[in-house]
Amino acid sequence: MKRDIILAGVGGQGILTIATVIGYAAVERGLFLKQSEVHGMSQRGGEVQSHLRISDTEVFSDLVPEGGADLIIGVEPMESLRYYSYLKPGEGWLITNKKPFVNIPNYPDFETLWNRISSLPRAILIDGDTIAREHANARAVNIVVLGAASDHVGLPVEDLRNAIRVIFARKGDAVVEANLRAFDAGRAFAGSWGKVPATA
Amino acid sequence: MKRMMLLGDEAIAQGALDAGLSGAYAYPGTPSTEITEYVQRSPEAKARGVYAQWSANEKTAMETALGMSYAGKRAIACMKHVGLNVAADGFINSAITGANGGLIVVAADDPSMHSSQNEQDSRFYGKFAMVPTIEPGNQQEAYDAMHYGFDLSEKYGTPVLVRITTRLAHSRSAVTTREPRMQNDLRLPENKRQFVLLPAIARKNYQSLLGKQEAFEKESSESAFNRLIDGPDRSTGIVAAGLAFNYLMEIFPDGCPHPVLKVGQYPLPRVLVKRLFDACPRIIVLEEGAPFVEEMLRGVLDGYKDIHGRMDGLLPRAGELNPNIVGQALGKEIRRGESITDVVVSRPPELCKGCPHIDTFEALNEALRGYEEGRVFSDIGCYTLGALPPFNAINSCVDMGASITMAIGAAEAGLVPSIAVIGDSTFTHSGITGLLDAVNAAVPITVVILDNDTTAMTGGQPSPGSGKLTDICLGVGVPSEHIIVIEPLKKNHAANVEVMKREIQHPGVSVIIPRRECIQTAADSRKEAKKS
Repeated sequence: MKRDIILAGVGGQGILTIATVIGYAAVERGLFLKQSEVHGMSQRGGEVQSHLRISDTEVFSDLVPEGGADLIIGVEPMESLRYYSYLKPGEGWLITNKKPFVNIPNYPDFETLWNRISSLPRAILIDGDTIAREHANARAVNIVVLGAASDHVGLPVEDLRNAIRVIFARKGDAVVEANLRAFDAGRAFAGSWGKVPATA
Repeated sequence: MKRMMLLGDEAIAQGALDAGLSGAYAYPGTPSTEITEYVQRSPEAKARGVYAQWSANEKTAMETALGMSYAGKRAIACMKHVGLNVAADGFINSAITGANGGLIVVAADDPSMHSSQNEQDSRFYGKFAMVPTIEPGNQQEAYDAMHYGFDLSEKYGTPVLVRITTRLAHSRSAVTTREPRMQNDLRLPENKRQFVLLPAIARKNYQSLLGKQEAFEKESSESAFNRLIDGPDRSTGIVAAGLAFNYLMEIFPDGCPHPVLKVGQYPLPRVLVKRLFDACPRIIVLEEGAPFVEEMLRGVLDGYKDIHGRMDGLLPRAGELNPNIVGQALGKEIRRGESITDVVVSRPPELCKGCPHIDTFEALNEALRGYEEGRVFSDIGCYTLGALPPFNAINSCVDMGASITMAIGAAEAGLVPSIAVIGDSTFTHSGITGLLDAVNAAVPITVVILDNDTTAMTGGQPSPGSGKLTDICLGVGVPSEHIIVIEPLKKNHAANVEVMKREIQHPGVSVIIPRRECIQTAADSRKEAKKS
């Protein structure tokens, strides 16, 4: 078992929380793990990424090789595409939140960006913000996206749910429950993705 | 023994703690900051009374660590690579005094300059000071390096340099810890003149350091951080230092077919290099940072051996390595994915919404309207982002403190007015001495000290000069009527512009202190207050 995952977003969007949840579940399974993070200057509203590598054999490189990723999880749509060349050609999945984070004057046209993502062969574009508000709270967008990506993470879904319970435990039961609902709503959306014609 | 998931930085901190650390001294700097933060947060460090206050700069950190070593205890000084420039005086001379209690200097390099102004390679400092240098290649080695490094330091009475790079500093993996060792007792050096570097004593100490070089190299050749791994295809031998070894293993998942010399400790063990050279006609050198090993292997005359690396273009001369660069250098086919560029634009870092620096830059830009551009010298911190649009407000960023001193030089060259823009933490790091120079030279400069009461860029550490800035300026000799505190807010814009215009015209040194808390730390303390 081996999964190389790129997490993409903008500073403050909670991609490290996604990494922590997957990482916890992986370590509980006794898997090897390496997770590189971005700290420092780029956190000031800039692009941030994390490389998460889990495997049942030793992981050497802290970085995922370009062209070697199984999965990109994006909390911001343009940021998820920034690392597209990291995906394994013909195999890798891209799963990203839909809502753009606009803090630059030349942000691309939303519709063009969304169409570009939807037309990729293996991609899920999810309106995490709306789903998070409906099922949990506005802050749980990252966990909605994780839910949507959960079938591609390579770990049993119940392990991820359990990791959410542990990681959010110190914030109280209500926060744990909200994040579990966010996770399941993300999963449900991914389950229906592609089954409904795009024109419907 | 425990298994812990640790960043490379955290593994260094935990390793030092478990090896009997008594004090960690540092000034924050990416990618080294998390070492000290980990010690500060560690309950076991608190229980054992381990010191981990931030120092005013890397030089004071280095010297404080040396003082603790003098007193027989184990200490670390941690800094980013350019911080070692600041600490270099103490560091180089600590090699001459030698250490008493274990002394490790950790330098975190930033190849590719993710958060830095250069990508200097600290291994040169280790060679320069002639002290053992350890370059851990993964989190476990980072942990182990502290135990081994302290023992080595005390065995030879020498400081030890540990060099890491960004990817290790900020990557998390499992580390197996050891039983913690007790701290050393207070124990002064046997020779009470060891640390007195009067020429006559320094000459003796230097001879002693020179005399240890052979032993340092022998330690390297026997160290677990260096090893020669045989491989069936001897047409090429590979030297892989630090993280480069991981990338090599990554591209050869079933083991590298070539003999590999894994390097993680210096001085470079010549006996192992010779064995690789004897076995292989062609050598490839893989290393993160400068071609430090490669240059040594090539020697001055180069060409006596078929060597490839960063110097002949087999690998890029600048920037950090990654699995694909290493793979390409070894002739592996690289399967890159498709790049999407039509709907992706760059997203540079920016000042946060509501940042006090925004109001200061807007006022400064307006106050300077009418003067030709190019007269604002700035410094290292969040406010360096004032160089970018829409502000385009500053014209330099060189090293900690250089804003004030460069403004002096430019003013004396005839550039009047000449403005310095520096943050509160950078000011106490290295700006005070420059301000003293300015006062003594009675030079017409305006110094703007952006006081957000924190070291913001590295994550909001306490600012050493908190609450003391006005007094410091007074003490240095700036007249009180030319030390003006303003509040950088939109509603004060017109008044702030007036203050700036007036002080810019003052024909001597004046200091303006725009004072408003960083909105990040303000938000954090509101959250803290809500919790409690």
